[in-house]
Amino acid sequence: MEILLVIIIGLLYAAGIYMMLRRSLVKLIIGLILLGNGANLLIFLLGKIVKGQPPIIASSEKMLGELYADPVPQALILTAIVISFGLQAFAIILVKRAYKVVKTDDLDEMNATDEDL
Amino acid sequence: MNNPYIVLPVIFQLFIAVLLMFSWNSKNIQKLISVTGSLIALVISILLLVKVNTEGIQIMQAGGWAAPFGITFVADTFSSLLVLLTAIAGLAVSVYSVGSIRNARVKFGYFPIFHLLIMGLSGAFLTGDIFNLYVWFEIIIISSFVLLTIGGEKAQIEGAIKYVTMNLLASVIFLTAIAILYGLTGSLNMADLSLRVAEIENRGLVNVTAVLFLVGFGIKSAVFPLYFWLPASYHTPPPAISAIFGGLLTKVGVYALLRVFTLIFVPDAFLSTVIMVLAIFTILSGGIGALIQNNMRKVISYLIICHIGFMLAGLGVYSSLAIAGAIFYLVHDIVVKTNLFMVSGLIFKFKGTYSMRLLGSFYKEHPKLSLLMAVPLFSLVGIPPLSGFWGKLLILQGAIEQTNILVVVFVILGSFLTLFIIARLWSEVFWKDGPELPEKKHIKYFNALKPLKRRAMIGSILFLSLISLGIGFGAEWVMRLSIKIAENLMDPTQYIQAVLGN
Repeated sequence: MEILLVIIIGLLYAAGIYMMLRRSLVKLIIGLILLGNGANLLIFLLGKIVKGQPPIIASSEKMLGELYADPVPQALILTAIVISFGLQAFAIILVKRAYKVVKTDDLDEMNATDEDL
Repeated sequence: MNNPYIVLPVIFQLFIAVLLMFSWNSKNIQKLISVTGSLIALVISILLLVKVNTEGIQIMQAGGWAAPFGITFVADTFSSLLVLLTAIAGLAVSVYSVGSIRNARVKFGYFPIFHLLIMGLSGAFLTGDIFNLYVWFEIIIISSFVLLTIGGEKAQIEGAIKYVTMNLLASVIFLTAIAILYGLTGSLNMADLSLRVAEIENRGLVNVTAVLFLVGFGIKSAVFPLYFWLPASYHTPPPAISAIFGGLLTKVGVYALLRVFTLIFVPDAFLSTVIMVLAIFTILSGGIGALIQNNMRKVISYLIICHIGFMLAGLGVYSSLAIAGAIFYLVHDIVVKTNLFMVSGLIFKFKGTYSMRLLGSFYKEHPKLSLLMAVPLFSLVGIPPLSGFWGKLLILQGAIEQTNILVVVFVILGSFLTLFIIARLWSEVFWKDGPELPEKKHIKYFNALKPLKRRAMIGSILFLSLISLGIGFGAEWVMRLSIKIAENLMDPTQYIQAVLGN
């Protein structure tokens, strides 16, 4: 399981960075999304994966057993997903807007900000 | 120990933002709420600094969960000083916005978003939890995205593409670093992390994580070679927005660097060399970049990068004197950079252009205003006894004490570059006889503004100039405060004890 996740995370990071280096605006956003998902999975992986051990204290016990699934990474991932959802929604609208205003989706054509006034 | 009032600067900004949204359609009420709200926020943050300075570090454990299990908010002297500076810059820009932001932008919610940005900044300074810091960073960047694009001009959108991409990338890197750190230590509380990171045996992995933090915060604070988004975007929005960006956004990255690299990761020889080399190149590339620019706002943008290098150099030297210098410089820089962008906006209102080639004879036409504008310009150069001098002096003292000749040479070189750039700006914009500029129809010139708006713009510049002068002439007080902060940063036992109990 861990090995599989490691491979997937590596692929997501690699694909994300590759997509970000392309000239197309849409691919840029896809790259960012892939990177974000990779980071979320990384949190999940590094929170130590445990199978079938929910962090629930049985009514007869006072403490959690030795091994239990850490709930904190899941809370972190949930927060990160919600945040990146908002940011990505904004970024997609921005790309659409940029395409309308600049009339191209080629990043190399977007150099109005470097022009001398 | 649990003092819930320390988050008041954060909650209060949220309260103002919500209040502003209720008066969405009436721009005059919005302006009134924004200015009075910023004034009250300033009073709150002064009270916070006084309390922290007299009674020591204040803690709030959110929900009553004892550290390290819950989210902790920590107001030590460093945090509360920066919250105070945020409130000062916030008040100035709020007043300036009354005069300079167009009604169309107010209608799209400029003021509520502005206060949410200030809220995010205050939260980032006050939090004591590394993941919570990430959340505050996201609040800051989403608000800044909206502010950067509000109005939707072509240059704004293009600048925003670069800004948004780099900031999202920085967030992902920051999140990756947090993930690895959590995997290593199982904790998110910064005080707890400080203890646990020191115990890890695999130093190689710790250094990799530290470098990830360095890259993430480096993008946000525009450190070489990750600064290219800054000069591509900061000159595109209206001057009031540039002012708050230039004054505070990059500085929150510097704050995070100073905090993380003193509390959690203590730089070893390799890491401090990396930071120092980055600082040197940041100073050089910012200074040289500013030399060749013609747009006044771009010159100031490159100067931001150059001076980020000074603060980073202070961190790279890593002695309490040098870090005190970096903190003093941070204090000075927030006030001056905010002020300079507002000055450039005021000049634009008179002349209708930012191009230094076309500008000129400002001193002849407006001698009193020019003298007022000279205060931030020459503070930036650091002519003694103005505020820029003392921070650099401390950094240089720290570097000489550690016999760190490279930093000494390049900080002095950076100061000379700044002097040359400001002298050129002064002679081009103020002294040179400028050409007659054609009237542009779509610009509302200064003389066509209502008297209240005119006073708001000049008043806010005057306010920040007085603060700059205060920092310069009251340098002893600020210096004592910076040295105290630096000593607490270098020896974080007080901080850790305050957060974790014993």
